[in-house]
Amino acid sequence: MIDAPNVGLVSLFFASILTSNILLANFLGMCSFISISKDFKSSMGLGLAVTMVIGICSAVCWAVLYFIIKPLGIEYLSFIIFIIVIAAVVQMLEMIIDRFSPSLYMALGIFLPLITVNCAVLGVILFMQIRSYNFLQAVVFGFGSGAGWWLAIMLLAAIRTKLDANNAVPAGLKGTGITLITIGFMAMAFIGFSGMIAVQ
Amino acid sequence: MSPAKKVMQEGLWTNNPIFVQVLGICSTLAVTNNLRNTLIMVVGVTFATAMGSLTLSALKDFIPRKVRMIVQVLVLSFYVIIVDILLRAYLPAASKQLGPYVGLIITNCILMGRAEAFAAANKPWLSFVDGIANGLGYGWVLVVLAIIREFLGFGSLFGLKILGDGFTPWTIMVMAPSAFFLVALALWAANTYKAKLGGKK
Repeated sequence: MIDAPNVGLVSLFFASILTSNILLANFLGMCSFISISKDFKSSMGLGLAVTMVIGICSAVCWAVLYFIIKPLGIEYLSFIIFIIVIAAVVQMLEMIIDRFSPSLYMALGIFLPLITVNCAVLGVILFMQIRSYNFLQAVVFGFGSGAGWWLAIMLLAAIRTKLDANNAVPAGLKGTGITLITIGFMAMAFIGFSGMIAVQ
Repeated sequence: MSPAKKVMQEGLWTNNPIFVQVLGICSTLAVTNNLRNTLIMVVGVTFATAMGSLTLSALKDFIPRKVRMIVQVLVLSFYVIIVDILLRAYLPAASKQLGPYVGLIITNCILMGRAEAFAAANKPWLSFVDGIANGLGYGWVLVVLAIIREFLGFGSLFGLKILGDGFTPWTIMVMAPSAFFLVALALWAANTYKAKLGGKK
């Protein structure tokens, strides 16, 4: 039924964290990345939430894609269906976090519902569809990409804490500007991994 | 100044989606290493933003507040699907190259941002103009970036070789980091210019 690419699960996991990092190589999930990385603690929480959302959505959407969308031949509706699935998963996660960790819920605040429109989530699902992964690959790719996003936001949050303590940044470059340059350097550093493993 | 003109000016310059609102950065970075794909993307985003704002503004009195977000996303994805189907039919090669980024127009913050910030409080026609203005404001920044990146990265524009064989391509320009650096530089220039204007007043 599916013509899955021949990639080992372990190498797929590490590749999605390091060489094809969802954020640094594919530029997905920038908006919340830039605004949240100001604060180390919320970065931690958001990273965790995004990882879970991407992982779960990737699995659910895989099932939806191959058991509902393809048999019915409604591929042209797939964007809408994926978005609805993502919104439902986020809503559920929001209720669960609210129930079990009100402090984390308070910290994430407005950003939790915004994961719905975080391009990283939809991006991973569309990559999964285009590269026709099988179920295990889809799950591993989902969690790997989430973990890659998490790693990137933690690194950036740590760097920004140091940067803010130091007032040497030119006025016009403060805020988003210097953050983008920092991300650029991180992306360059991550290119260094590219000889190790590659899945595209 | 007529309201439509004012909205146009805001979208293109004073409230530019990329420089001032810092929205829609993802696709700005991802598609700009190739001028042709950038233009296709700009047309897609402008169309989806304008039509989405028009529809949502016309429907705003009928949408209950509680489900507003999800209705917005659904309306916007409807227009993105149209863009995607048209691209697949008429420009299959470009559609393949852009890959997931066409579908990702749905989650482009500019669309939701304008629907929420402008269309929710304004008349349909003006919202349509606002959508076009923001799409074009986003567009010209992307086109400038794409020209720089494709020219220095491949020595070509629209895939046509411009510089001769003696030119060594700056490989970094087609890779991820240069996108971040260029957007940062552009932001820096825009901020400095704005600060200067503010100082004069």
